[in-house]
Amino acid sequence: MSMLTLYNSLNTFLYLAALLFGMGVYGMVTHRTLIGMLISSELILVAASINFMAFNRFTAPDPTTGQIFTLFIMAIAAAEAAIGLSIVIAVYRNYKSVDTEDLVDLKG
Amino acid sequence: MNPSMAITEAPGLFTADGLTGLIFLIMMAVTLIGGIIACCAERLVRAIAGLIVCFIGVAALYYFLNSPFVAMMQMLIYVGAVCITIAFAIMLAAPEESRKNGPAGPLSGPLGFITAGLVSFGLIAMAMRTQFTSHPKINNGTMEEIGIEFLTSYSMAFELISVVLLIAIIGALVIARAGRSK
Repeated sequence: MSMLTLYNSLNTFLYLAALLFGMGVYGMVTHRTLIGMLISSELILVAASINFMAFNRFTAPDPTTGQIFTLFIMAIAAAEAAIGLSIVIAVYRNYKSVDTEDLVDLKG
Repeated sequence: MNPSMAITEAPGLFTADGLTGLIFLIMMAVTLIGGIIACCAERLVRAIAGLIVCFIGVAALYYFLNSPFVAMMQMLIYVGAVCITIAFAIMLAAPEESRKNGPAGPLSGPLGFITAGLVSFGLIAMAMRTQFTSHPKINNGTMEEIGIEFLTSYSMAFELISVVLLIAIIGALVIARAGRSK
């Protein structure tokens, strides 16, 4: 199989999604602010969506199912971003910071 | 061999199939580079720019997966709404990424890299070893069929998702508005 027919195989998309998932996990661990962690969680969500779409195209008998699931993931991600950002703004108003090191009021 | 469609012999670079493959490789590189920028950038503005690049690449990948409608929704919702909302939050909260090393500071980079590498390696190894079987398609997955499925099989979920979005918007307003007079 040559490089130019990669888009015709399921494994390409699975590897790409795995790499994006890994990047999301790495960003989630290393980012120090709440907004950075939110950006990383979007990467993880999009990796899951790529998996759904790849299996939808190459294996599923009904090719609308995966597309509809991906659309639902998008709607949930939009709701999550709205809620998360309002929480970030409320936290910033109270602590004047969104650094996770500063938000330690509940620490025993 | 895992499922792959129609073409099996290698096309020349300057045929239609070859150029399609080349565009796919470019878009795959765009996705990966955008993801690397998004997870490794020191400043949040660069991270969100990388996220936008990554999402544009992913929209192109959806196009290659026979779903132009989902590709369009990816551009509209992710690039046009979610990323812009995050950019607004960066401007409102104006966080300067501090580089001071807290208790978990110096180790979090290497340990996070090892964790992420192991997770990706595990997923890739699993995808390599598994045999996926392909089934004959019962329809073409066009936009018309997506609409029919949305309003027949998935109509309950479709209505519920709109309720979820409404409640999320109201909740976001309530949370962000509390204590505004301070």
